[in-house]
Amino acid sequence: MIRIRPILAAAALVLAAPAAGVEPDEILDDPALESRARALEETLRCVVCQSQSLAESNAPLAKDMRLILRERLVAGDTDEEVVAYLVDRYGEYVLLKPRVKPATLALWAAPFLALLAGAAAAFLYVRRRKPAPPAPLKPEEEEAVRALLEGRE
Amino acid sequence: MIPEIGHFALALAFAAALAQGPALYAAARADDERLAAFGRRCAYLALGAVGLAFASLAAAYVASDFSVLNVYENSHSQKPLIYKFTGTWGNHEGSMLLWALILALYGGALARQARAIPADLHRLALGTQGLIAAAFLAFMLFTSNPFERLLPAPPDGADLNPLLQDIGLALHPPFLYLGYVGFSVPFSFAVAALIRGRADSVWARLVRPWALAAWSFLTVGIALGSWWAYYELGWGGWWAWDPVENASFMPWLAGTALIHSIRVVERRDALKGWATLLAIAAFSLSLIGTFLVRSGVLTSIHAFAVDPERGVFILAILFAAVGGSLTVYALRAGSLAPTGAFAPASRETALIANNVLLAAACATVFIGTFYPLFVDVATGERISVGPPYFNMVFTPIAALAMALAAAGALMAWKRADLRALARRLAPAGAAALVAALIVAVVAEREKAAGAGWVALCVWLAGGALADLAGRVKLFGAAPGAAARRLAGLPRAAVGAALAHFGLAVFALGAAGVGLWRTEEVRLMKEGDAAHVAGYAVMLASVENTTGPNYLAERARFEARKGARETTLISERRYYPVRGMQTTEAGIRSQGGGDLYVSLGENATGEGWAVRLYFNPFVGCLWWGAGLAALGGALALSDRGRAPARAARGAAASPRAAAAEAPA
Repeated sequence: MIRIRPILAAAALVLAAPAAGVEPDEILDDPALESRARALEETLRCVVCQSQSLAESNAPLAKDMRLILRERLVAGDTDEEVVAYLVDRYGEYVLLKPRVKPATLALWAAPFLALLAGAAAAFLYVRRRKPAPPAPLKPEEEEAVRALLEGRE
Repeated sequence: MIPEIGHFALALAFAAALAQGPALYAAARADDERLAAFGRRCAYLALGAVGLAFASLAAAYVASDFSVLNVYENSHSQKPLIYKFTGTWGNHEGSMLLWALILALYGGALARQARAIPADLHRLALGTQGLIAAAFLAFMLFTSNPFERLLPAPPDGADLNPLLQDIGLALHPPFLYLGYVGFSVPFSFAVAALIRGRADSVWARLVRPWALAAWSFLTVGIALGSWWAYYELGWGGWWAWDPVENASFMPWLAGTALIHSIRVVERRDALKGWATLLAIAAFSLSLIGTFLVRSGVLTSIHAFAVDPERGVFILAILFAAVGGSLTVYALRAGSLAPTGAFAPASRETALIANNVLLAAACATVFIGTFYPLFVDVATGERISVGPPYFNMVFTPIAALAMALAAAGALMAWKRADLRALARRLAPAGAAALVAALIVAVVAEREKAAGAGWVALCVWLAGGALADLAGRVKLFGAAPGAAARRLAGLPRAAVGAALAHFGLAVFALGAAGVGLWRTEEVRLMKEGDAAHVAGYAVMLASVENTTGPNYLAERARFEARKGARETTLISERRYYPVRGMQTTEAGIRSQGGGDLYVSLGENATGEGWAVRLYFNPFVGCLWWGAGLAALGGALALSDRGRAPARAARGAAASPRAAAAEAPA
């Protein structure tokens, strides 16, 4: 009996697929619009891929999304309007940079909180350990130090 | 027969590891040398047995024994021999076996150090290694047995994913695991220190080489993975903040913080609790990296349920390792009280700032990577956290850390002379300023960001050079004397300077690709020319070829810039067994960057879709990572102060310690 176990992510990088992105037939004639399109692609996710942006994916759906994005640009939409158009249809999942809202507050605050907490802890740690005058040596320690120093010369 | 031997050896190794932990813990408690010797023999036996198991699986792969399920699923008789062998670890079970082998290697190496390490510390650390090995081998035996048979044997195998049939990716897992698993030793030392309630400069000096070795291997492993992604995936990028990449980056950040803070423990007898916590964190993040990538949970929370047996086992091990070590930490960290005093301007304070930044960076990557998972579980909503987020929040922290690194490395322990520091850093600062001005005038795009980044790289590299120049008294002495002094410098100091220099080189590469990459995508027929970064690139010919296990279209491009001419070959391969396509990019390094061409499909008959890139400074990425790893290796070969002197220094009064010159 041949039994093939469902193979999970076989090796770490199997998840990565050959990437490509924009294809020649998609490119707009207007270089200004095209460069706006390229910049937007970097910030939008291909919704059927494993963490690939539209700029990297060769999935058919990613191609469709790139074409929609360009159609909207040609129609005169601003960048924000194009993004809103795609979010309306595919959900906020397409945004590689999530919007700031209650559910993502912790995400956006985390780096600052981590830095602040770390800096505060470090400040307290260093301040608590103000250099104290060295404790006077006991006579036998004085002796040991002298012996050491003389031995070294 | 051979696979059965391998299976038996794996079970034997499990038994040995199972005995190793309790035996050594008991030996530490009762101070029983005979029991300890038994525990050490268990570690050697586990090493021999796992080695035998690994050799058995490799033999099955090389011989294409398709009666072994694992070989059938991941190999093929037509595959080149080298990839038959490296395919041993190109799958879940095999890579777990490689993990276990490396763990056993570290265990054996640690067992050999019995004489160089205080007995109770050695026993507790090696015992902890035994516990880790036992958990791992149990996971393999009960859920991921690589030796499972498949009868009757199919005539041929299902082949290895063609993307993995590549030398960069064949070497990536061994180095990555040498790094991941290497952090198990500092972890074990940390747990041992907590149990015995003592971590001192002797402890730090013993841990440091292991931490540096793991860090250097991990640096090489990550760089190899990134290099592979660059030339094999055909999109010209090198890092995508993909969860899989982040999983390897987090232990690297924690490990980087560890190798810096361990110096403070060694020199100043402070930050002991924090250093043990970092050692625990580095290995715990390695475990999370290995396991969560394997379980598929990073892709989607729902993938976890596909194989619940493995998933639950993974969670149990993670819980035991992370939870157990943190519990010990919570109970015992109080016993690791520091003795040193800290001046605000000193090497140790700079290292604390370094640790704050690295820990914040690590926390940022952690939260960004797992946040979609949290939100999915909590609200069912699906969100993405991708490169735009990470670039925005990670980059400033990294820039701060780099800016600080140049100055911190030049500061003296205890009390730094800030005026002397400014004098020594002045040339680096001036060079950075000049570099920024040049970029601002010459560069075409992203001027401000580019000027800032290049200045930062020059500043850091200049700081590293100033460090070395100051140590050898380069100016104001005969050149011969300076060269002699360079050879006589402590290797830890040279290693640190080299690693910082490597980081600067690396950052220059990242800035170059990130800010000044140029790209041209178009359809090309034979004889057509395209232009990128001043190069005229002509598609000279496309022909069909066959490889050992693939069919390919091979395109020859002729590139010309002024009088310079070069040829690039790019292939589009089709592997019939898996029905998969791959791209082999054509890359030429020259003129401060890579000319990169990747052949696409000729879908309509009107020409091939061709991607052309010019990636400025991209080679700096790998050279920089290589230099950093080399710096780590150099530092680890420095055994520090001789044990006798260190012990005497620790026992004597603070005044005696203060008499030592800053290093």
